[in-house]
Amino acid sequence: MRLAVREALLAVRRAPMLSALSITTIAFSLFAFSLFGLVALNIRNALRTVEDRVEIRAFVADGTGAEATGAALGDISAFPEAASVRLVTQSQALDRARRELGEFSDVFEEGILPASIEVRLKVGFRDPATVRAVAKRIEVYDFIDDIRFGEEWVEKLHRLRTIATLAGVALGLTFAIVAIIIIGSTIRMAVMARAREIAIMRLVGATNGFIRAPFLIEGVLKGTLGGLLALVLAWVALAIINRFVVQATFFDAWMGTVGVLAGASIGLAGSALSVGRHLRRV
Amino acid sequence: MIRFSHVHKSFAHTGAALADVSFQVNKGEFVFITGPSGAGKSTILRLCFFEERPTQGEVKVYGVSSATFRPPDVPRLRRRLGIIFQDFRLLEDRSVEANVAFALEVTGTPPSQIAPRVARLLLQVGLSAKATALPLELSGGEQQRVAIARALANDPVALVADEPTGNLDERATRGIFQLFRDINANGTAVLMATHDLDLVRRSGCRTIEINRGQVVFDSASDGGFRPSQPLKAMEGDA
Repeated sequence: MRLAVREALLAVRRAPMLSALSITTIAFSLFAFSLFGLVALNIRNALRTVEDRVEIRAFVADGTGAEATGAALGDISAFPEAASVRLVTQSQALDRARRELGEFSDVFEEGILPASIEVRLKVGFRDPATVRAVAKRIEVYDFIDDIRFGEEWVEKLHRLRTIATLAGVALGLTFAIVAIIIIGSTIRMAVMARAREIAIMRLVGATNGFIRAPFLIEGVLKGTLGGLLALVLAWVALAIINRFVVQATFFDAWMGTVGVLAGASIGLAGSALSVGRHLRRV
Repeated sequence: MIRFSHVHKSFAHTGAALADVSFQVNKGEFVFITGPSGAGKSTILRLCFFEERPTQGEVKVYGVSSATFRPPDVPRLRRRLGIIFQDFRLLEDRSVEANVAFALEVTGTPPSQIAPRVARLLLQVGLSAKATALPLELSGGEQQRVAIARALANDPVALVADEPTGNLDERATRGIFQLFRDINANGTAVLMATHDLDLVRRSGCRTIEINRGQVVFDSASDGGFRPSQPLKAMEGDA
């Protein structure tokens, strides 16, 4: 193992330009992928913020007793889809209307607005079908006069989210495949550059495992360095976007780690495939 | 030790290279394989270290048979053979001692044993003074000595050499050949392909002559060295 590590490091030192080219290629391939990842992440965050506003509002008939609304609040809170349930009394509704529509505050008279039960749904239960189903279950209370949840808006939002997800997966896969092909070719070039060395290793009795090990280590090393460099480039790009275009979010530590590990894995897989193919051929 | 039994070898693009080749090389023997260019000498050597597989027949080298071998047998076999080529096949970016040490590292020799063994091998081939030189700083004869030291690194039972003096001048050829004789005198078998007829004639060693992929003469069965018609023609060309 120590010998394999030494051979891998020696290979990098002996061909610094080729190694730098490999690392840069890996870095830029992953950078393109991470830029796409940043766009996808920020679109997802924006959609989630909008989705947080998905709400069912059930208007309570005048004269409904506190006991009845209290019992309903308890029942609805127990719905698995419900994130929060609260009662907005007539006076609270009036205050809110006056606050939100200050210019028309004189229009609103005492008792003009009904009390309502406002239900927010958990993440994953904000699609039109679920929202409609929950609304129907609330509607059965006989003191509910009307129920609203912006059906059309929820449907549009859901469609937008589906399109964003599908586009994200398709583009993400395309970027990932392109990155793997480019990285694979770069590593293959490095293997070809050492074809003579591989042939000599075989002649003196090296096993395939022994020949493969330094290449795999080199692949992981280049992949990791490429991944780190891509992360730095993405961070710089985001800093520029934040400063001149729009405030956007960067990857969290977990995503960053996954990105670097992806670089290492692509380096490892690319090396394993290239060396394996080369060893089968010679 | 090395046995060819009715070996045929064909290549997809060039057709038949060997046809019904049979011979045996015994322990400690020195055998020349001679013949004109394209006769099949190199193919015989490549079959010896399992770089090629016979199309028909069997090659058996130190117990490993081309008919029954498993992939892990090949590196194990190559560690028992020393393989030498006309073009030396040295790692040009490593020093002489690193090239020799490489063969020991590959076979898992304990690191503490490598340096003294390399020093002994370089002494044996007369290159102690050039241990830190790079191959391209050496003459052809010296580079071939490095290749021989590397081939000897794992105490092989046989050396398989493909035209080892093909790129060398007369003086270097004599030196390399003497080195092979010394190695052979210590009990290592040598199977050497060459078309240097003077060398073959002077040596008095066993000679197997190949022409158009067939054994046309084997001094072990026919007595002393006696070039056949094609070989004589080749001599006339030279």
